[in-house]
Amino acid sequence: MTTTTSRPLAIAAEGLRKAYGDKTVLDGIDLAVPTGTVFSLLGPNGAGKTTAVKILSTLVTADAGDLRVGGHDLAVDPQAVRAAIGVTGQFSAVDGLITGEENMLLVADLHHLPRREGRRTTAALLERFGLVAAAKKPAVTYSGGMRRRLDIAMTLVGNPRIIFLDEPTTGLDPRSRHTMWGIIRELVAGGVTVFLTTQYLEEADELADRIAVLNDGRIAAQGNADELKRIVPGGHVRLRFADRSAYRSAAVALREVTADDEALTLRIPSDGSQRELRSLLDWLDSADIEADQLTVHTPDLDDVFFALTGGADKPAEAVR
Amino acid sequence: MSSLSPAVRDSYTMLRRNLLHARRYPSLTLNVLLMPIVLLLLFVYVFGDVMSAGIDGGGAGRAEYIAYLVPGILLMTIGGAPVGTAVSVAMDMTEGIIARFRTMAIHRGSLLIGHVVGSVLRAVISVVLVGAVAVAVGFRSTDASALEWLAALGLLALVATAFTWIAVGTGLASPNVEAASNNALPLMILPFLSSAFVPVDAMPGWFQPVAEYQPFTPAIETLRGLLLGSAIGNEWWITICWCLGLGTLGYFWATSLFHRDPR
Repeated sequence: MTTTTSRPLAIAAEGLRKAYGDKTVLDGIDLAVPTGTVFSLLGPNGAGKTTAVKILSTLVTADAGDLRVGGHDLAVDPQAVRAAIGVTGQFSAVDGLITGEENMLLVADLHHLPRREGRRTTAALLERFGLVAAAKKPAVTYSGGMRRRLDIAMTLVGNPRIIFLDEPTTGLDPRSRHTMWGIIRELVAGGVTVFLTTQYLEEADELADRIAVLNDGRIAAQGNADELKRIVPGGHVRLRFADRSAYRSAAVALREVTADDEALTLRIPSDGSQRELRSLLDWLDSADIEADQLTVHTPDLDDVFFALTGGADKPAEAVR
Repeated sequence: MSSLSPAVRDSYTMLRRNLLHARRYPSLTLNVLLMPIVLLLLFVYVFGDVMSAGIDGGGAGRAEYIAYLVPGILLMTIGGAPVGTAVSVAMDMTEGIIARFRTMAIHRGSLLIGHVVGSVLRAVISVVLVGAVAVAVGFRSTDASALEWLAALGLLALVATAFTWIAVGTGLASPNVEAASNNALPLMILPFLSSAFVPVDAMPGWFQPVAEYQPFTPAIETLRGLLLGSAIGNEWWITICWCLGLGTLGYFWATSLFHRDPR
């Protein structure tokens, strides 16, 4: 690696490439994740996020690329990489046929923990993830949120310093999602490097130090949340009118608006500051125009996302 | 435990997991037991008198037929086990847990070894239970020495190991659990096409090669020789060749499938 950073890189990829048949999934991507930070790979379904995680976590081999995780070359010493990482995939990696506690002890045994230490770690993690009451029940009976928590708990048994989380909150209810965010923040506070994939922009905004937007196998943009938000044009104020005449007069009077005749809405470019809003409201009052509804829209990662991943397209569900 | 090599240790952990599954969900093991026992009772008490007509050129009694039948039934017990193995391997491969195992720094083959050792242990236990039923309905060995009993058990374990590796490969090659169950079925049919129920000589001429050139017939004849004192001839080394061949084939097939990138 020629990159010079203040902190050593936990994950470094240069020219990562992967194709299945003639379908290119990852088309030469570069990633650099400093130790102890949260990196989020953001993208729509089918963008290649999961493939990136599978490759970096040694599950799948890359077609090309110089890949290092935890200082070890993936192509040369995958076992050393495995010893340094923990992975929680999109589909919960728990054994449904045995109990939560047995799952934990199984992983403890595979980490070669002495029996007593394995039991202690298991008890502590079950406690920490609120799974004590369910510990003796088969994991198949767990709810989605519980399975995900058990999954993360199993990942933490070996005390990994680099953790891959592939869409850790997909399919979780809002409460479980916030619980998961809390867990991730705790991990980072403990110095763990987290590689997170998500299709939720809010999640990346909440958690990540650095975000890369993956689209169609390429990194469309990379930076922290603020840097990414600067990519898209500023925010706007949206005025919605109940009657057509008020809408017309406002549309004629205001300059620089984007009008939507169907929905009777006007979009006025604005940074959403108090001063701009006041002058807009004063102007509306003096012109005796009354809008039915006024909403302030500051640029968020959604705008970035849509701007980078194909314009106004809504994120397509399913497929892949 | 800490002094053991990681390979042994991880395989032992996987074996414990396999046996835990078997204990929690005994139905797969019980299914394996059920068929040979039902067949044993059916062939002894329902078809027994007719079937015994085919033994020793006719005129044999029920006791002779039981003696003839039991070695075949014992090997049939072994032959039934691979379906369960293929199913549980396929089940593992479709679950997320496999991704966890693959991304941990554990011995690569330990999961498969755990499956194989667990299956063989269960097969041997099944054989002992079916054997007990056989003794209960009147099976007696004719002056088999302790060494011959031991050889008989070793033979059964060897056949079980060979077929289990094939079953593991079948499970890995199957896209889902249902397919694994179907794909492993031929292994279960094979003993029916052997000398388990009637001697090969008593079969139609065109069918005799099918019964002759397959692993179960020599294995059954060897077991008969060990337990009943009939002539073994060269059947024992033919059996060993079959087992080593199938076992090696199954091992390389299974491990190469397992080391492929997952879908």
